Formats: sequence, C-alpha cells, structure tokens
Amino acid sequence: MSVILTESEAKALLQKVLSYSKADECEINLSGELRGNLRYARNEVSTSGSLINQNLQVQSAFGKKVGVATIDEFSEESLEKVVRRAEELARLAPENPEYVGVLEPQKYVTTKGFFESTSNASPETRATAVLKSLELTRTQKLTAAGFLENQSGYSAMMNSKGLFAYYPSTSVNFSLTVRTEDGTGSGYVAKGYSDISKLDTAAATKIAIQKSLGSVGAKALEPGKYTVILEPTAAAVLLENIFFRMDARSADEGRSFLSKQGGKTKMGEKIMDERVNFYSDPTNPDLPSSPWSGDGQPQEKRYWIEKGSVKNMHYSRYWAQKNNVKPVPFPGNMIMDGGTATLDEMIKSTKQGILVTKLWYIRTVDPQTLLLTGLTRDGTFYIENGKIKHPIKNFRFNESPVIMLNNLETLGKPERVVSTESDQNYLIPPMKIREFTFSSLSDAV
Amino acid sequence: MKRRDFMQMSGMGLGALMFPSVPLIGNPVSAEHLMEPWLDAAAKKQLSETALNAAKSKGATYTDVRIGRYLQQYVFTREKQVQNIVNAESYGIGIRVIVNGTWGFSATSDVTPDGIAKCAATAAAIAKANSKFQKEPVVLAEQKGVGDKTWKTPTVKNAFEIPVKEKIDLLMNVNGAAMDNGAGFVTSNLFFVNEQKYFASSDGSFIDQDIHRIWPTFTVTVIDKAAGKFKTRDAISSPMGMGFEYLDGVTSEKIPGPNGLVGYRNSYDMVEDAIAAAKQAKEKITAKSVMAGKYDLVLDPNHLGLTIHESVGHPTELDRVLGYEANYAGTSFATLDKWESKNFNYGSKLVNIVADKTQPHSLGAVGYDDEGVPCKEWDIIKDGVLVNYQATRDQVSILGEKESHGCCYADNWNSVQFQRMPNISLKPGTEKRSVLDMIKGVEKGIYIIGRGSYSIDQQRYNFQFGGQVFYEIKNGQLAGMLDDVAYQSNTQEFWNSCSQICDKDDYRTFGSFFDGKGQPSQVSAVSHGSATTRFDGVNVINTGRKI
Repeated sequence: MSVILTESEAKALLQKVLSYSKADECEINLSGELRGNLRYARNEVSTSGSLINQNLQVQSAFGKKVGVATIDEFSEESLEKVVRRAEELARLAPENPEYVGVLEPQKYVTTKGFFESTSNASPETRATAVLKSLELTRTQKLTAAGFLENQSGYSAMMNSKGLFAYYPSTSVNFSLTVRTEDGTGSGYVAKGYSDISKLDTAAATKIAIQKSLGSVGAKALEPGKYTVILEPTAAAVLLENIFFRMDARSADEGRSFLSKQGGKTKMGEKIMDERVNFYSDPTNPDLPSSPWSGDGQPQEKRYWIEKGSVKNMHYSRYWAQKNNVKPVPFPGNMIMDGGTATLDEMIKSTKQGILVTKLWYIRTVDPQTLLLTGLTRDGTFYIENGKIKHPIKNFRFNESPVIMLNNLETLGKPERVVSTESDQNYLIPPMKIREFTFSSLSDAV
Repeated sequence: MKRRDFMQMSGMGLGALMFPSVPLIGNPVSAEHLMEPWLDAAAKKQLSETALNAAKSKGATYTDVRIGRYLQQYVFTREKQVQNIVNAESYGIGIRVIVNGTWGFSATSDVTPDGIAKCAATAAAIAKANSKFQKEPVVLAEQKGVGDKTWKTPTVKNAFEIPVKEKIDLLMNVNGAAMDNGAGFVTSNLFFVNEQKYFASSDGSFIDQDIHRIWPTFTVTVIDKAAGKFKTRDAISSPMGMGFEYLDGVTSEKIPGPNGLVGYRNSYDMVEDAIAAAKQAKEKITAKSVMAGKYDLVLDPNHLGLTIHESVGHPTELDRVLGYEANYAGTSFATLDKWESKNFNYGSKLVNIVADKTQPHSLGAVGYDDEGVPCKEWDIIKDGVLVNYQATRDQVSILGEKESHGCCYADNWNSVQFQRMPNISLKPGTEKRSVLDMIKGVEKGIYIIGRGSYSIDQQRYNFQFGGQVFYEIKNGQLAGMLDDVAYQSNTQEFWNSCSQICDKDDYRTFGSFFDGKGQPSQVSAVSHGSATTRFDGVNVINTGRKI
C-alpha cells in the first residue's frame, strides 16, 4: 500500500478500523505524507533528506470518558489493537467535562490543494532547482545558503455517526539568503506554492541577489517613528500574531488582546482601520486549504476582521456549547484584502520613509496589547522624495500590529508569502504604515 | 510553530494554543510501555556491526551508527483538569557515512539486518550523489575508538517509574495552591525525556548511553476584569538533567534571596513557587510602570541564563560563524579574526565563560557526544577575552585543534547530527558576595528574575530581554515591584558593563529544554549556570501600550 491513499482506499481503511469499535462513540483520523528536502550553505549542499510519515489515531469514548491511541503501521493486527487500546484508555480515564461528542455527517466545499507536479518531485527535481540558484550566486561571487522542501500528503477522518472527510494536499517552500563575500550585504527571498511548477528558483534567486548587492554600504539612521513600507514577507510575521490569537475562550476569560474592561470582549468592535479585512477561505485558488477542520467541522469563507471590526473569533465546540453560540473552527488559511497600489507606486508616494523587506526574531513583549519586538533583516532601505535613497542599518522595533493597522496609509496587491517564523503561507499585501516605532540600531548584516 | 502544528491546532482549544510548538517525536504508547526494556547492548552491537560492514562495502571511508529509542512523557493540566497526557516512543537507526569525502545520511525504523543494510546503502548513495556538489572533502579530527562504554545520567528516581497519578496529584496541588492565592487561571506541565542511545563508529567505539531530562513548569494568570488587565508569572524552575528527585523541594537546595524571594538550585518546590507566583502576578497588576532610562541591573541566574544563551551561546557556535546557518538562525559577530587577534574584549575582566558537557545535573551532560567524542570542559571567554568556540569533528581543524569539542547532537535517530550548544556558563565571582551585598551597592537599579520575552539579531549584536518579575532598587534597597520593563543592549557593550558577580553559593543553572536550530528544525536541551550578576548603566525601555 502506498503512503498516500486515494479517497476510496482511505475510506475502506477507516471503515475497517471503525468496524472494530465497541465504544459509545469512535472517531478516527488518518494521514500520510512524503517530505523531501535539500539544504545548502556556503554555495555547497550541506544536508539532504526525505521523510515518510503515516499515522492513524483512534479516539474512543464511553460517555464522557475518552481515550486516544495511535499507530504508524497499518497491519491487520495493529488496526484492531489500536482500537482496543483506545477503548482501554477510555475506560481508565477520568470523565472529560469538555467532551462534546462526535459530529453528525457534514457537507464540505471542494478545494484543490493537491498537485501531481509537486507530488512527483524527486531528489533530482530538488537538485536541479537548487543548482539553478547556485549557478547564479557562484558566478557573481556571492555566498548562498538556502533550503528547499516539498511535501505531499492527505488527511482523512471518519466517525461512528457516519461522518467521512478526505483532503489531499501538496506544498513546496523555498528560502534563500544571499550574502556578499565580505559580509557587508545580505538579501533574502522565500516562496511558497501548492504547485511546484510555479516555483522559479532562478527568478527568486535574482530577487535575493538584488537585495544583497543593494544592501551594501548601509548607513545608520536615528531610531524613532517612521513611515514604513512593509513587503508582504515582513508584514506576515506581525499579522500572524493576530491570526493565532483570535480565540473566544481566552477573550471571555479576560486574557487576550480581545478582552476589555468590565469583563466583556471586543467582538463587533472596530479595532483597526476600516480598510482592514482578514478572512479565511479554503477555496482560494492561490492558497487552497482543507475544507474541514481536524474535528470535522466544515471550513468556509469567514471574515475574522471585517472593515476593521472583530467579526468572528474561534469557538471550540465545547466553548460554543457553553456560551450557546455556533462553533467556529480555527481557520485553515488566512488572507488579507489589499488595494491596487504597486510597491513602486507606494515608494513613489513616500516623501520620507523606510522600506522593510524582512523582519526577524519576533517575540511577544506584552500579550495584552500584542506589543511585539524584533528586527529588520536582509535589506532595509531609506526612501526620500519617492525614491530609494540608500540602504540603512538594521533596526529593532517595538510595535503592536493592532496599533500598526490603525496607522494604515496604503495597501498593495496581496501575494502568497511564507512566514519566516512559522513556515505558514498567507496571502498578504504590501502595506504603508505611519509612525512605526523603531527603538534601537543593530550592527547585524 | 511548524505547518503540521498549525494543522493540529485547527481542531483544538486553548490548551493547544498555549503550547503550539512543543515538539513531539514518536508515537503515543502506554505509560507502562515506557518501562519495558528494549534491545540489550550485545544485540545493538551486532546490529551496528551490520551497518558498519554494509557501509564499508559501499565505499564508506567513515561510518557512524546511532541506534536510538527516544521516550517522552508530557502531562498538561489547567486549573482542576488534566488536559492531556502524552506517552511517546520512537525507535530506529540513523547511519552517517563519508564517501568520496562527502557526508551522506539515512535512517530507518526497520531495525533488522536487511533494513539496516538497505539504509547503509542509501546513505552511501546520497553521499556519492552530493559529492558532485562538493568542492572540499570533509576532514575529521582524529578520534581513537573507545571500545565498549556505558554512561547514564545519575538519577535517584527514574521519572518514568513514578505513577502518572502521582504526577497529576502534584500538578493539581500546584494549581490549587495558585488558585487559593489569587490566580484566575493556571496551567501546569511536566516534561520527561529519556534518550536510550547506542553509538558505534568505524573508529571502534561502541557506546551505550541512558540520558534523562526533566522540566516542571507552570503559568499563573491573574485577571482584573474591571480594569481589563491581566498579568502572568511563569515558574522559576529550571529544566534539569535529573530524575523525579528534582521535585523533592529539599530545603538545603533553596537559596534565600531578598524580601523572602527563593531561588532553587538542584531541587525545586513547585507548590511553594506556585504560591509565590500567584502573589507576585497579583502585585504586578498594580505595579508601577517603569520610567525608561539607564539602570544598573542585578540579574538573577534564572533570568541571566537566557541572556547567556542568546548573546554568548549562539554567537560562539562555529557553524554559525562559518555561515552554515546563514539562511535561518543567522551568522555571528564573533568572527574568526576577532578570535585570532587574542585581544577581543567580549566582556569585562570579570567575565569567564566556560563550555562543558560534564556538569552534574545539567541538560548538556553526557559521557560522549553523537559522534563518539568523550565530553569535556573548555574556555570560551577567559578574563573577558574571546578564546574559543564550540566545534565538532569536521570543524575543529579550522581552529588549529586536533581534538573535537564533543558538540555533535541529533534530536532523534532519524535526524542527522550537527553542531549543537554545550552548557555555556558564567563562572561565579571569587570574592564572597551575596545578592543582598550586591543590591546594597546599587543606587538606581532593577532586580530581574525569571525568563521573559527575548529577541536578538541574526549576528547577535542587539538584544532585548524582559523577565518575570522586576523590583526597583533605590539607594541600596529593594523598593516596590515594577512593570513594563525590558532592557536593550549590544552584546559586547553589555558584557563589558559586567561589574560584580556573586560567589559560588549563589550559583545555579538555568535551562532551555526545546532550543531550536537547523532546517528542518531540530531541538536540543542545554543548561547555563551563573550566580547573580550586576551590569551597569543598561538601557531600559517602557513596554506599556494602549490599544
């Protein structure tokens, strides 16, 4: 049996496992994936590898007593054994007051996240793609360090109420840092796709080379508040701190940036500029994601921030039931609406400002205000009278993405980006922001 | 957080959100299964010889084999509830070879003679394929075979033998104590790790090691709903290379500090710390917001450990210095020319930083590293001057040394080993000095305890650190608690502002249990020892904002 099961193979396997169940309720999650990577540094390959993961998880429940067991090989004997073990564990477990039972069958939208091209990528595909990149940096006497990883897999689930879900997907992430030989310039690029045929490592490498050469001779600028243009790669690592924290329970409990005085939450309130829209949509062709969440809830297009106001928060099925509202699954992807401006137009309309291409080492300083700190990296530039004047030394910033999105000037066209902090992919536009707070200088290149 | 974790979070509630990046290696098993014996040393030796012979027949000039069984038990609770208990096991074999002067690596969970021979052949084939890219062949520092050896973390109580119920009871007591003392919410966790590793190499080493680590921790949250404010205080425990005895809370291992504060050396009282945490988190709600400016900082070992980790540990990793981590973690300001000059003042003359993988109870302590090198201690900064780095067998010749530092580690049998940080510790002061003595000499300062927010640039110049609790020091005495504190500095400037270090009686270790590095990312655990230390005139910022 191959590692990546087709829908009918997955269904047959799940039905067989379910037939062993003697519990009140049973839910089975099944997944398989193939990963391959190639890593290089100092213009040479440093490591490469491949990985096979497959996993079957059984959750059995007697009343509110729940047990979970897992296997990674699917022999006839082990399939029955894993069900028995989950049931044994359930009988021994204390009651889980937050267990709400398995879902009835659901309807899901159709999304296309699986591409044969990516699934068929071999070690040679990766080597060829990396060689195209290396040839460019070697010829120009620049030093490259990069990482290419592709993945193909599927996930499926079935439960004792008859729910069945299946979703296959593929992805490729490529990242590259190009440094000048004397270490005075550094540029970066990261690209993520579901379809590997869209990945052009040579074109991506040219972007990193341009930033590397362009960042040589950086001058120091006084820290302070500046208008900034954030390229999507820089914006993503700030915005995802909002995405990850849209949880209703922590807001209700009073320990979230969405909690407010008097014990209420900011649901429905305007918390940022009215041009800000964040939504998740599993069917977006540029960022497809699973049409169902890990517990089988349907994913659909859903606004989280609409016209600057809090539209939705993540409600677990337990928390929703307790509060008598509809459950809202954690999103499978996240998209920010943009405007029409190009990056060039945004630069042209800037009298004095800073172009930030990447941010690094983002950490939460205060979860109450979502104050984040981190630094610019791999190409930061001073803009004067509509033109990039010169590269500047890196800054440390202390800024909250919530405050930042209140100081919004312009939005550009969204593009698919890879978070340099979480590897997660998003669709995010470049954005111009007023009064972004840089608090100190860094000598790092 | 990686992609898979994000996907796993999708169906989960707050518990998962609070631990999005806890790495889990292996498959869930029963707690009893964790106690079952695995292969004995003789069987592992026989299997490793199969691998060594198979690799040699495929043209390997060097081979090392790691047969590993990795066990984890994690317990997660909140308030009166057990959220999750994870018992996981992972076993298999990783084979690393040099063919045509190039590394190749392959791993398999099929630990049979057939599976091993295939795996060795794959490793050799990968090495051959990659040798086409290679410009300079790998040069290994000599390492004579050590024959048959064993090493075990010296534990008193194997944490895996302690019944799960006892662990849950402890955490319920911790949570109850915090709630009784004003906490609105509390999460508490226990992490136990056991690495059963058998290493064999074509040099003639056959090393069987049994390594144990433990980390008890919690977060207490106090809410002021009327004001719409919340504050947290994390445990000031340290992850340790110890067994369950770390949780005995032995009085002789407590270090009394000013104002009733307690530091913990090699024994931790989790309930006592939870009570203190709840009281301190409550005090933080109304604490004075700090006035930004220059302060003399008195840094507790439970805080300073992370500053050492980020500003000395990472920049002196030789692979970073050479550029191997340029695409992710970054490079280093501590370049080879600074080391070669023999006069680069990393810090003041008081600053002596040692690397070691031998300190008892530390996370880095093992008998041999993951390329069979016996572990030792060496200087990184001596009397303030940068004198050495952290290196592996294929790097140490760059430093003109003939013997590896023993810094090679892989987080699992299926990960390839590479340079990882040993324990990096600041030596205590030689003059008798307590924390109280140190505070007496400070006119305008801040005493900082615990690990807070941390961020540092990719070459390790500019950093910003927060903490768990902050006390104002006014004219030699502790005044009230402060809030919204973070300090920013430059590594060299900061270590040169080091003006006093308490003596060995105050020395403790801090630890990082899940330190990430590499692509794909691997974790490692490392300790950092120090005594309370003073730094003069450091820039403190106010982090308070309104949204």
